[in-house]
Amino acid sequence: MNPFPQDHCLICHEIIRPTIGWRAIFSIETEHLICQPCERKLERIEGETCRICCRPFHLIDEKFRKGDLCHDCFRWEEDVEWQGFLEKNTSLFLYNDFLKEVIAKFKFRGDYVLAKVFAQFFTKKLDQLAPAILVPIPLSEVRLYERGFNQAVALLVESGFVPSEILTRIHSEKQSKKSRLERIHLQQVFKVDTEITLEGQRIVLIDDIYTTGSTVRHAAKLLKRAGAASIQSLTIAR
Amino acid sequence: MRFIIKDEILIPSNTLDDSLPISQIPAIPQPPIQPNYLYNRELQQLLTGKQLLLDDIPFPLNEIQSHYENGYITYRKGINQSGKKPICARCGNKNLQWFETYPCSCCGETCLYCRKCLMMGRISGCTPLIGWNGPVPDTILPAKISQWKGTLSKGQMEASNRVVDAIRENRELLVWAVCGAGKTEVLFAGIEAALAAKKRICIATPRTDVVLELTPRLKAAFPEITVASLYGGSEDRHLFAPLTIATTHQLLRFYHAFDTVILDEVDAFPFTVEESLQHAALQARKPSSAMIYLTATPNEKWQRECRTGKRPFTTIPARFHRHPLPVPEFVWCGNWQKQLQKDKLPANLLSWIKERILANKQALVFFPHIPLMEKSLPILRLIAPTIEAVHAEDPERKEKVQKVRAEEIPLLLTTTILERGVTFPNIDVAVIGAEDSIFTESALVQIAGRAGRSKDHPDGVVTFFHYGKTDEMLKARRQIMAMNREGIKRGLLD
Repeated sequence: MNPFPQDHCLICHEIIRPTIGWRAIFSIETEHLICQPCERKLERIEGETCRICCRPFHLIDEKFRKGDLCHDCFRWEEDVEWQGFLEKNTSLFLYNDFLKEVIAKFKFRGDYVLAKVFAQFFTKKLDQLAPAILVPIPLSEVRLYERGFNQAVALLVESGFVPSEILTRIHSEKQSKKSRLERIHLQQVFKVDTEITLEGQRIVLIDDIYTTGSTVRHAAKLLKRAGAASIQSLTIAR
Repeated sequence: MRFIIKDEILIPSNTLDDSLPISQIPAIPQPPIQPNYLYNRELQQLLTGKQLLLDDIPFPLNEIQSHYENGYITYRKGINQSGKKPICARCGNKNLQWFETYPCSCCGETCLYCRKCLMMGRISGCTPLIGWNGPVPDTILPAKISQWKGTLSKGQMEASNRVVDAIRENRELLVWAVCGAGKTEVLFAGIEAALAAKKRICIATPRTDVVLELTPRLKAAFPEITVASLYGGSEDRHLFAPLTIATTHQLLRFYHAFDTVILDEVDAFPFTVEESLQHAALQARKPSSAMIYLTATPNEKWQRECRTGKRPFTTIPARFHRHPLPVPEFVWCGNWQKQLQKDKLPANLLSWIKERILANKQALVFFPHIPLMEKSLPILRLIAPTIEAVHAEDPERKEKVQKVRAEEIPLLLTTTILERGVTFPNIDVAVIGAEDSIFTESALVQIAGRAGRSKDHPDGVVTFFHYGKTDEMLKARRQIMAMNREGIKRGLLD
């Protein structure tokens, strides 16, 4: 056993230099998973955001803003087929080039341990959202076998929460290969498969990225129609 | 994947109770070859000498399984156990820091995976490495293999003969060739001999740039031979070729593939620090095969092995243009870092630079660290505003190198990133802070090797500005002088 184990950053593998100070000496050391330079590259979503999808307003042109909503959410909410299903999405970080690479390594390369990096941040948010049924966005069976794990389930498990896997996927085609229009007009891609009653329940959907919002809105619609009281979502990136 | 063993054969199964992930099966049976089995030629081309994951193979599992059952395909464990410690079968990683676990949907267990070689596709406890056990694809040889028309210098010729012998007799050989000796040409006769004997041959190098540079030269020399050029994202991934040029990373996909491996720049990053790449190079060669190492700057251990006769080697001590290597001069420049804090540089360094600017002679100036270089840049721009600086993460690195070639930049400041590979025809070279530990013997020899490269400008000045001579500086100068002496002795210099 090495009495002075050196932590390596889970992202860049450099040795993590501990911060030295009274606080570090007197408090119970929290586990360092990533180094400071990597942590600085993760951009937290802060400031004024769209009431529903969490898009930061300072990053979009004023003309794409409609009151407290962004243009996209405004369009969703205008549509009687879709309005009112998704109460709110929360995303932790901006989907910048750095995070894009980390998430790609996590889910496409299957580097499961990276879930721990995000779990640190997820735990806090999930505590705030409790109590609720935590529902991971599912993968198709084929994709699950390919990747070996579902990234949303991994995030929940590593955050110390129990996933309720009540959704299954009907279609298996990759979302990222479709345009926004195709995604919206897609028939339902999920089905609810559960014995627990959803009547009056609060549900939080978990996914890695919120892009157009089509995935979570499809899931939200289905769950709401199955009786759930409210649907929120939580993702790493936006 | 989970398997059961039935009648001495592995059978994939995810349902049966007695099935196991492949790494937990004690010994993997290999069925005997059924000579009458009609094997798939495309699979043969794809898998010969390889170790691939199921995801890398564009054929369905049942076809792969049928080839295994008939003896044509091998399954190996992705992760082996040595005692209680795991070893990645592909990259050789045994450092626990590089292993993690996950709840695996394929085998339903907590599966160990290797993070070291993750970017080549994940290897976990339930991943089989798939290889070929059947006959090797036949290659048809043209009547004339080599179309190379050049001639070799006397020094090159001697080394070339040694390379041919080593390849014929499956031996190891180090070719210690000075910077600018022309080491690629030294390989041509050896490659021709290997191809003629229907041997599979691979040239591996740590750097993608070198793969891209070598590929057209070899295709021109051997126009009728299939050449596979492999680097991250290249298109030749599935091409079976008698001649392969690859980055050392790509060798991770090969297993007992080559009769000859030629390893270029064995002393270059990342090969020297990444044990997995050294493992890959060893694993890619057949148990009985030739290994040719090429370098201008073998490390101390290798140099000692050469001197004591423990390592077979040959030197090319002189450049193809028959002029001696420029010998570095040492110039003491005081505590230059302290001066730099006051935005000043040593007077002797400044006058060295001014002389070059006035005489219109291009130069490279090497710095030990980026911040020191960036602090010096504005000071030197007072002499000539067109002076530029470059380092590894500089997005304009390629453009700046190009501008030096076009003579648009009179003087380029650089970190050790340009110590090798880059050739400018007519430059002088200075190192500032040659005492820094980043300037090892081999780094300094490589840096000095940038000067005097072309036959029109065989002379170049190499100056090491220092605040105290180091052993490394002395060893570098000694090595260069020794090569020049040997060049004279062997009649390779004019």
